[in-house]
Amino acid sequence: MTAPGLRVAGSAWLGEVPLFEGLDFRAEAAGWTCILGPSGVGKSTLIRLIAGLDTGARFEGEVAATDGAPLGGRVAWMAQQDELLPWLSVAQNAGLGARLRGGRADSAAVAALLARAGLSAQSARRPAQLSGGQRQRVALARTLMEDRPVVLLDEPFSALDAKTRAEMQDLAFEMLAGRTVVLVTHDPGEAARLGSRIWLMGPGGLGEVEVPAAPAIRSVDDPGCLKVQGELLRRMRAAA
Amino acid sequence: MRYALPALALLALWQAVVWIGQMPAFILPSPLRVATALWSNAGLILHHAGVTLAEVLAGLALGAVLGAATALAMAVSPLARSLIRPALVLTQALPVFALAPILTLWLGYGLWSKVLMAVLIIYFPVASAFFDGLMRTPPGWLDLARVMDAPKRRVLWHMRVPAAVPSLASGLRLAAVYAPIGAIIGEWVGASQGLGYLMLLANGRAKIDLMFAALIVLAAMTLLLHRAVGWACDRTVARMG
Repeated sequence: MTAPGLRVAGSAWLGEVPLFEGLDFRAEAAGWTCILGPSGVGKSTLIRLIAGLDTGARFEGEVAATDGAPLGGRVAWMAQQDELLPWLSVAQNAGLGARLRGGRADSAAVAALLARAGLSAQSARRPAQLSGGQRQRVALARTLMEDRPVVLLDEPFSALDAKTRAEMQDLAFEMLAGRTVVLVTHDPGEAARLGSRIWLMGPGGLGEVEVPAAPAIRSVDDPGCLKVQGELLRRMRAAA
Repeated sequence: MRYALPALALLALWQAVVWIGQMPAFILPSPLRVATALWSNAGLILHHAGVTLAEVLAGLALGAVLGAATALAMAVSPLARSLIRPALVLTQALPVFALAPILTLWLGYGLWSKVLMAVLIIYFPVASAFFDGLMRTPPGWLDLARVMDAPKRRVLWHMRVPAAVPSLASGLRLAAVYAPIGAIIGEWVGASQGLGYLMLLANGRAKIDLMFAALIVLAAMTLLLHRAVGWACDRTVARMG
C-alpha cells in the first residue's frame, strides 16, 4: 500500500453563487495535510469531493491522486459525528465495512485495532455505554479497519473536550502513520500540531501557510507550534 | 392498577345514571346485570370472542407484512414509489366502511372478508410509518456506507431497516388498535359468528345486557392486544439499542 498524494483543482458553485473559484489544493503523500478555516467557506465541500460524496454544490475541475490511479476504493472517511450504529457492539461497529460489503470482518484484526485504541475491555459493549472520546476511538478503529491508503477526516475531534482531543490527536497520528491524511478543522492549534502541510481557507480562497519547524506531531507546548497557532488565528481573524 | 380508579369511577357513574334516570334494563342495564349476563353467557361470548380474535390476529399479521413489504418496495424503487403512493392515499380516501358490503359479497360471510377489512384498515399506517423511517436514515451513516463501497441492498438490510424499526413499531402500535375496528365492521355487515355479530344479534333481541357484555370483552381484547404489541415493539427497539 503506497499512499498517493492528492490534487483538487477547480471551482464550485452553490446554485449561482460561487463557493470557491480557481482552487488548487494539494495533499502530501503519506503525511497530514490540514485544511483550516471558519465554517461555510467550503472546507467540507472540498473534502467531500475527494471522498466522492454528494456536496450539494456544482463542481467543475478535477480530483485526482498523484499516482494517476482512480481514487475510488482507496479512501476511508471519518466525520465529526462518530456515526456508530447503536444496535451493533463496539467490535461489530469497528468491522462495519466488511459487514456492509457482505463479508465477515477479520476478528483478530478488529481485536488488535481495538487494543491499540485502548478499547479491549469495551469490545462487547454498545456505543451508548461509551463516553464521547471512547466512541470516537471506535470510529477511528473502524476507519483503520478499512485499511485504505487515503484517510479523510472531517473535523473528527471538534466535539471532544480539550484533553480528550489532544489524546485523540496523538492516537490518530500514531495509528494513521504512513497514510495520506487530509484533516479539515476550524481549530488552529490542531492544524499547527498535526499538519505537515497547512492550507488556510477563507472567503478569498485557499492559501498555503508555513508549518512549524518541528516534525509532526508536535507537542502541545512546542514554541514553534504555538507561534504558528497564533499566526493562523491572526490570519483567520484578518480574513473574516 | 392505573386503570383501576378510572374504571371504578366509570362504573359508579353508570350505576348512578341507571338509578337516577330510572332506566329500564332494555335501554341501559345496570353494571351488575351486565356482569351477570357476562357470567351466564361466558361460553357463548368466549366462542364469539375467539372468532373475532382470530380475524384480528390474521388481519394484523397479514396487514403488517403487506404494509412493511410495500414500504420496502417504495424505499428501494422510485418507480414503485410513484406507482404505489397514490394507491396508498386512495385506500385512506375511501372509507373502509363503505367497502364492507362489497367485500362480504366477494369473500362471503366467513373469516376472510373480516381479515381483509382489518388488513385494509391497518395497511396504510404500517406502510407509511415504516416508509418514513426508511427514508430518514441519518445522512452521516449513508456517507459512511458510500465511502465503504457498500452495495445498496446491504445498506438497506444492515442500516436503513434496523434504523427504521422504531418507526415500524409506532405503526404497529396503531395497527393493534385499528385492526379490531375492521373485523367488527366486517361482522356487522355480514357474519354468523364473532363479537360484532353477537352484539348486533343481542341488540335486535333487546338483550342489551348481553350486548354490553360483548362490548366490554371487545374493549378488553383490544387493550390487551395493544399492550402485547407495544411490549413486543418496546423489547425489539430496546434490543436494537
